[in-house]
Amino acid sequence: MEVQEIYQQLEKQFPGKVGEFKGDVPEPYCTVSPEAIVEISRFLRDDPNLKFEVLSDLTALDWPKEEKIQVVYHLYSYSNKSQIVLKVDLPRDNSKIPTLEGVWKVANWFEREVFDLFGVIFEGHSDLRRIMLPEDWVGHPLRKDYVEEEEYDGISTQRAPLVEKLLR
Amino acid sequence: MNETAPVQSQGFYAEEMTISVGPQHPSTHGVLRFVVKTDGEVINEAIPDVGYLHRSIEKIGEKVTWHGYVPYTDRADYLAAMFANQVFCMAAEKLAGTEVTRRGEFCRVIACELNRIASHLISVGTFGQDIGAMTPFVHALRERETINNLMEEICGARLTYNYIRIGGVGYDILPETCTRITEFLDHFEPIVDEFNRLLSNNKIFIERLAGVAVISKEDAFSYNLVGPNLRGCGIKWDIRRDIPYSVYPELEFEVPVGTGQVGTLGDSYDRYWVRIRELQESCKILRQCLKMFPKGPAIAKVPRKFKPPVGECYARVEAPRGDMGFYVVSDGSEYPYRVRIRTGSFTAMSIIDKLSKGIMVADLIALIGSLDVDAPEIDR
Repeated sequence: MEVQEIYQQLEKQFPGKVGEFKGDVPEPYCTVSPEAIVEISRFLRDDPNLKFEVLSDLTALDWPKEEKIQVVYHLYSYSNKSQIVLKVDLPRDNSKIPTLEGVWKVANWFEREVFDLFGVIFEGHSDLRRIMLPEDWVGHPLRKDYVEEEEYDGISTQRAPLVEKLLR
Repeated sequence: MNETAPVQSQGFYAEEMTISVGPQHPSTHGVLRFVVKTDGEVINEAIPDVGYLHRSIEKIGEKVTWHGYVPYTDRADYLAAMFANQVFCMAAEKLAGTEVTRRGEFCRVIACELNRIASHLISVGTFGQDIGAMTPFVHALRERETINNLMEEICGARLTYNYIRIGGVGYDILPETCTRITEFLDHFEPIVDEFNRLLSNNKIFIERLAGVAVISKEDAFSYNLVGPNLRGCGIKWDIRRDIPYSVYPELEFEVPVGTGQVGTLGDSYDRYWVRIRELQESCKILRQCLKMFPKGPAIAKVPRKFKPPVGECYARVEAPRGDMGFYVVSDGSEYPYRVRIRTGSFTAMSIIDKLSKGIMVADLIALIGSLDVDAPEIDR
């Protein structure tokens, strides 16, 4: 099934909750509203014609100029060999979105990673902790405006002082 | 065996014990840690703790040029560096519409399949070692050493290859190397049978794995297991066959799946056995490639200042640890706007929490080994 058709079906099923569709790019995607992401995902997974069994990837993009963070979902259907990309736009200063843990278990870890590196809050997540970085880390490194602290736990993160120390 | 009720006898501690396995532990394949809560020998819960090897490869991607990022992709999974090279280049080519030369594609497949053999050898070798069979590990590493030598001949490096470039490969594979690859295959194919006699058909080994940590189809989908772990559950899904890329559609090979031959479908032995079968399939692919190896340039003409148009794409390949995906976004500049690496080990690691409930401590080690998780690939 073409991505275009899936999009039309989504628009029919969830009026007003599906945004623009971009089909003239290498990877067509459609934008959906944050509050509808769980029901749309569940529909895509359970519909007998669509059968998107797996969540291949979940990540985010930071767009400081547009003041938004985009959460990107790559869904894949083994039965139909088709892929669909869903994007959700969130405000940068208050990025909150419901968790997909109830639909795909793997979302648990993917969402933890996005929370850790982008600071997106997944509401209803069972275990929203940092996964890559230590618990006391400050900031979310994959945001474009992230500035590294000069020191972590008394260890300098700057290169020059380390070299100087070695030379001394 | 699966009862987790506390021991009631007098004079014994009957409470739950919390032990930390790793991060420095021979069976954790890198720097992984588990917080294991046990009741005697039975695990109540094993919580994976990852992130020790986080090198923020994704962030580095935003600071270096498209060409300059290729060596960094090597470090995502050091046991299968070639695949990360390839998938990143595929994503960049897809964005820019670059055509890869035909000889370049064959060079890629040859290098990748050699790398797959090397990676699977490490996987099955250390798996044996984890559950107490030391000798097969040495045999596996001996064969891998030959592949390392071949790789050194092909691209000058033994582990982090930096071989595949946008548009093709860095260096052509010479005819002498092709001869040596054929020699290696002639030598290696009987070795797989020897390895089976030594380890795979060993009664102790089989009984240690049969029926341990069974993964159902539903769980495999829900946790998005990929690669041999998915095929071990009996699902015939291989990206080389199902979302064909490179020259794989022209090559003939089988996709081995788990059958539950010694225990239950989807148990640890099935996942192990899929890997052994893939060794043989890779040999088959290599022989065909060497036969079909076309002449021509190994790399297409690609501008030094590589600037793909604004856009994004997701490329995937079948790496030894399954579906490896690169999601790249370009804003039209010399630097990628965002690079996202999606790896098989990451999702495989997330299922351990669920599977570990009610199994024995020693079986946890078998479970980690059978999933073939690789710490740098999880943490990136």
